[in-house]
Amino acid sequence: MNDADLERQVRAALYSVAPDLESEPLDPDRRYRDQFEFDSMDFLHFATELHRLTGIDIPESDYRRVETLKGAVAYLKEKRIAKGGGDA
Amino acid sequence: MSEFRMPSLGADMDVGTLVEWMKHPGDHVTRGDAIAAVETQKGVIEIEVFETGILDDIRVQVGQRVPVGTVLAVIRTGNEAPAAQTVAEKPAAAARPTPPVAPVAAAVSSVTPAGAKITPAARRRALELHLDLLALRAGADGVIGLREVEASRAAPAATASRPPGAAAKPGIDMSEMRKAIAAAMAKSWREIPHYFVSSTIDVEPMLAWLERENARRSMPERLHYAALLIKATALALKAVPVLNGHRVNDVFAPSSQVHLGIAIAMRGGGLIAPAILDADTLDLADVMTHLDDLVVRVRGGRLRSSEMTAATATFSNLGEDTADTLQPVIYPPQVAIVGCGRIVERAWAEHAVLSTRRTMVVTVGGDHRVSDGRAAARFLGHLNELLQHPERL
Repeated sequence: MNDADLERQVRAALYSVAPDLESEPLDPDRRYRDQFEFDSMDFLHFATELHRLTGIDIPESDYRRVETLKGAVAYLKEKRIAKGGGDA
Repeated sequence: MSEFRMPSLGADMDVGTLVEWMKHPGDHVTRGDAIAAVETQKGVIEIEVFETGILDDIRVQVGQRVPVGTVLAVIRTGNEAPAAQTVAEKPAAAARPTPPVAPVAAAVSSVTPAGAKITPAARRRALELHLDLLALRAGADGVIGLREVEASRAAPAATASRPPGAAAKPGIDMSEMRKAIAAAMAKSWREIPHYFVSSTIDVEPMLAWLERENARRSMPERLHYAALLIKATALALKAVPVLNGHRVNDVFAPSSQVHLGIAIAMRGGGLIAPAILDADTLDLADVMTHLDDLVVRVRGGRLRSSEMTAATATFSNLGEDTADTLQPVIYPPQVAIVGCGRIVERAWAEHAVLSTRRTMVVTVGGDHRVSDGRAAARFLGHLNELLQHPERL
C-alpha cells in the first residue's frame, strides 16, 4: 500500500463524515478543523471511521497526529510498518 | 378517525412543503411511525403519527406547500369504515384553509419521485447541477445517491422537465435557515425577560476520568466529553423543575421527563436543536449513541418531528477552539438554556492551594416569568457536583 492508497483511505474517512467536502480543495498541511467547519464530534467520527477502514487503533493521545491529511498518511504508514504490514 | 395535520416543528415554522409520503393509503401505521417528510426552513423533517390505524385518505400531495394545521391525511383508527369525503374539518383547520393546489415551481423541482429517498449530499449536488429531482432514478437500493445524480447528469432528459427560470433551491437554503433562526430568536428576545447566571466549573475530574475510560475502550465505544455534560445537565435539570418544561399561553408546565435539545451547528451555517428524549435516564453509552446519531442526521440526514418539538430545555456547547463564554438565548416555548464555553486551563485556587485546572464557564439563560437566578444557581451547583464524580454518571 503506497502513500496514494493511504491518502485515499484518509479521504474516504473524511468524506464519510463530511460528504459535502468531497469536491472541496483540501490542504494536506492544515488541520481539517482550520479549513472547514469540522468540530471535535466530526473528528471523533473521522477517527473511528479511519479505524474501521484500516484496522489501525488510534489511541486518543495520538489524535493530534491525524488532524491533517499529511499527518494522517504518515501516521498510518508508521503504524502499518510497526504492524509488519507495510511494504515501504 | 383522526386528522393528521401539518405540525409546527418549532416556534419559527408556519408553513411546510410536503416532499414525500412514506406510507400510502391503505397502509397500517403505528403511533410514532414517520409517515411523511416535510421540507421546512431547517431542512427536511420526517413527521410522525400520534395514532395507530390505517392511513385512509391523503389530502395534500407531494410538492404542496401548506400552512401549519392543514389536514395532510386522515387516519382510520379502530374498526371504522373507510372515510367518506365529508369528514368535518375542525375549527383550527377551517380558520386556516388549505390553499388551492398550486405547487410552485421551486417546490416541484425539489421533490423526489414518490417513495424514492435521496441522500442529502445527492440532493444538494442535484440542485447545484440544476437537475429536476423528479427526473432522477433511484439505484437498486431505492435510494438516490451521488452516483445516481452523476449518472443522470449525462442524461439530457433529467433537465428537460425543469421549468425555465425556477431558482435552484438547495435542500437547506441558508437564507431561509437564517430567517427561521431570526424569527425564533426575535420572538424569544422580545417576549422572554432573560436572566443569565454563570459558574466556572472545574472539569479536570471529568476529563481525567474520560481519558482513562477512553484509553480502555475500543474506538467505536469512546465517549466525547459532550456526552458527560449532556447527562449531567439532564440530571441537574431534573433536580430543578422550574428550568425544565414549556410555557404555553402564559402558563408554565414543568415536565417530569427531561428531553434535552442539543444545539448542533450545520456545516455552512445555521443551527438546529433536536432533542435527546429522556436524556436523564440514559447511560453514557446511550447518550453518546444518540448524540452521534443526531449529529450525523443534522449534517446529512433527516430529523424526526418528535425530536424537533419535544425538547424541554436546550444544551449548547460552543466547543474547542471557540470562546470562553456563551450567553444563550432561550428557544420558546422552553424556559431555560444551558451554554458551555470552551474548556480552558486556568489558575485554580482551592483549599488555599493554587494549581492549574481545565475549566469551563457554564451559563444558564433563564426565563424570569418562570424562575429567578437562584434556581439557575441551584442548577449550576448540582451540575458542578455531578461533574466532580463522573464515574457515577
